[in-house]
Amino acid sequence: MNHSFHLVVDNVEKRFDTKQGDFLAIRDINLRVNRGEFVALIGHSGCGKSTLLNLLAGLSLPSNGVLVCAGREVKGPGPDRGVVFQNHSLLPWLTCFDNVYLAVERVFGGKEPKAKLKERTEDALKLVGLSHAIHKHPNEISGGMKQRVGIARALAIEPAVLLLDEPFGALDALTRAHLQDELLRIVAQTKSTVVMVTHDVDEAVLLSDRIVMMTNGPAATIGEILDVKLARPRDRLALAEDANYHHYRKAVVEFLYAKHKKAA
Amino acid sequence: MSNAITLPLVASSNVTERENKRSAHEMFVETAKLTSEETSESRATREAELANKMRRRRERVSSLVHATVPALVGFALFVLAWQFLAQINNQIPSPAKVWAAAVKLFSDPFYSKGPNDQGIGWNILSSLKRVGMGFGLAALIGIPLGFMIGRFTFLNRMTAPIIAILRPVSPLAWLPIGLLVFKAANPAAIWVIFICSIWPMIINTSVGVQRIPQDYLNVARVLNLSEWKIFTKILFPAVLPYMLTGVKLSIGVAWLVIVAAEMLTGGVGIGFWLWDEWNNLVVEHIIVAIFVIGIVGLLLEQLLTRIAARFEFNEKS
Ligand SMILES: Nc1ncnc2c1ncn2[C@@H]1O[C@H](COP(=O)(O)OP(=O)(O)OP(=O)(O)O)[C@@H](O)[C@H]1O
Ligand SMILES: [Mg+2]
Repeated sequence: MNHSFHLVVDNVEKRFDTKQGDFLAIRDINLRVNRGEFVALIGHSGCGKSTLLNLLAGLSLPSNGVLVCAGREVKGPGPDRGVVFQNHSLLPWLTCFDNVYLAVERVFGGKEPKAKLKERTEDALKLVGLSHAIHKHPNEISGGMKQRVGIARALAIEPAVLLLDEPFGALDALTRAHLQDELLRIVAQTKSTVVMVTHDVDEAVLLSDRIVMMTNGPAATIGEILDVKLARPRDRLALAEDANYHHYRKAVVEFLYAKHKKAA
Repeated sequence: MSNAITLPLVASSNVTERENKRSAHEMFVETAKLTSEETSESRATREAELANKMRRRRERVSSLVHATVPALVGFALFVLAWQFLAQINNQIPSPAKVWAAAVKLFSDPFYSKGPNDQGIGWNILSSLKRVGMGFGLAALIGIPLGFMIGRFTFLNRMTAPIIAILRPVSPLAWLPIGLLVFKAANPAAIWVIFICSIWPMIINTSVGVQRIPQDYLNVARVLNLSEWKIFTKILFPAVLPYMLTGVKLSIGVAWLVIVAAEMLTGGVGIGFWLWDEWNNLVVEHIIVAIFVIGIVGLLLEQLLTRIAARFEFNEKS
């Protein structure tokens, strides 16, 4: 494993061909992520967080620069990088179980007996608290529940890198807190490297080792990177009283609302 | 007590209104006595239930009325207009005459007196058989072709101009080619059905493939699914509704065309029969044939709509 980074983003730029012509979404992105590190991407809507995440996932390719995952250039997507999409992307004709099973079967099929695949699927859904809705179709469950199935699908394949695009965005505060805790627990267990897009300052501070703050688009780039040196395991109740926590929180809020205020 | 209940029935049927009122009153007293033994609570729920049931029945009846009354009025007006036309032009048979002819035809639909004189049932069945064969072949080729055209841009660009030119050609223009190649009327008719019902299936299937949301394909890409899994778990279910729309359009076109094709080719079939009756100048049979064609077409479409509804998934997220 020597001393290499798990994810490397080197001078990356992404342009889109639009009807109004060439659109430079992000530029000069340089980022190195250690194995097992939890990185949050934060920035105002439309700054290019999803664009960067898609590049890491391999769903789109950079216009300039390179991305490297585990020593190999990212040339396309693969099951070593689990993705939770911003809009859940469940297949509407499959039940929750089948949506997750599709992923489990792809990654563990052939290596493990069917019963074990089934067990993995059920465990993943249980983890996100959906055991009762296992045989429902996506149109029969709420938006938050759909997002949880999407999370279960990504977690079930035990990816080395977990890429999350606002995974808790559609959830109510209680479910969100519960799933944040679950995510911390799971990640501590699997030692996955995580890149997570979020809008939520508290979420970023609570979960991550580093917070990557992006400037506003177009031509957005990384404005600041904040090291969050809070001991793990973290407890949300204890942190509420923690002076360091508030210091980090303030730093992010200042970046977002003072230095890079979104032009309305 | 049984007396009290039967009394109003008897009364209402023959005696005067006064007596009628009296017996109703008697019954009221009788039921009041009976219900006073129950607790007021259970009576309330029972009454609510009864009221509910009545309301539901009323709603059902009224929605049925709303649906059928305009249809019946429309049909009555249609028959009236037809009757009027028959009156001023004595070559057009009246509705009653056509009805009588239809009853006679359908009393023995499956007789067979030689190849040119068969019951109406046989005629319908042989037309359906032709449509089924031509349409079946078209589905067998058109649907996979549609999938490939939708999936591979090169194939799409390759076939688009040919499809654009051939699709608007009147189905009957293909008949001579069929006769030339097959040298027989029946396969030529099937060929015409085939060629005209293949386009909606190719086009709808390929459009369905092209319209698959990128999100679903991203799922496939992230998981690196095999082509077979992509086809069975994503492509096919996503395209199915489009495909069935194509099938529905195709069967409509096929049924539309079979009549014309049969008129030209002859043999047994509802289109041929219609033409034969024209030669015999039995106009009421022509009108019966028109109704039969319309009703069979409607049934075919209904059947496919039912099938399609079973495979609709809710795309709303
Ligand atoms: N496929 C595309 N074609 C053209 N422009 C695009 C495309 N995808 C994204 N963009 C543009 O790039 C910019 C960044 O988009 P992106 O989706 O990455 O934003 P985001 O930070 O994820 O926003 P949000 O927080 O609202 O999800 C936006 O201005 C968007 O319009
Ligand atoms: Mg986004």
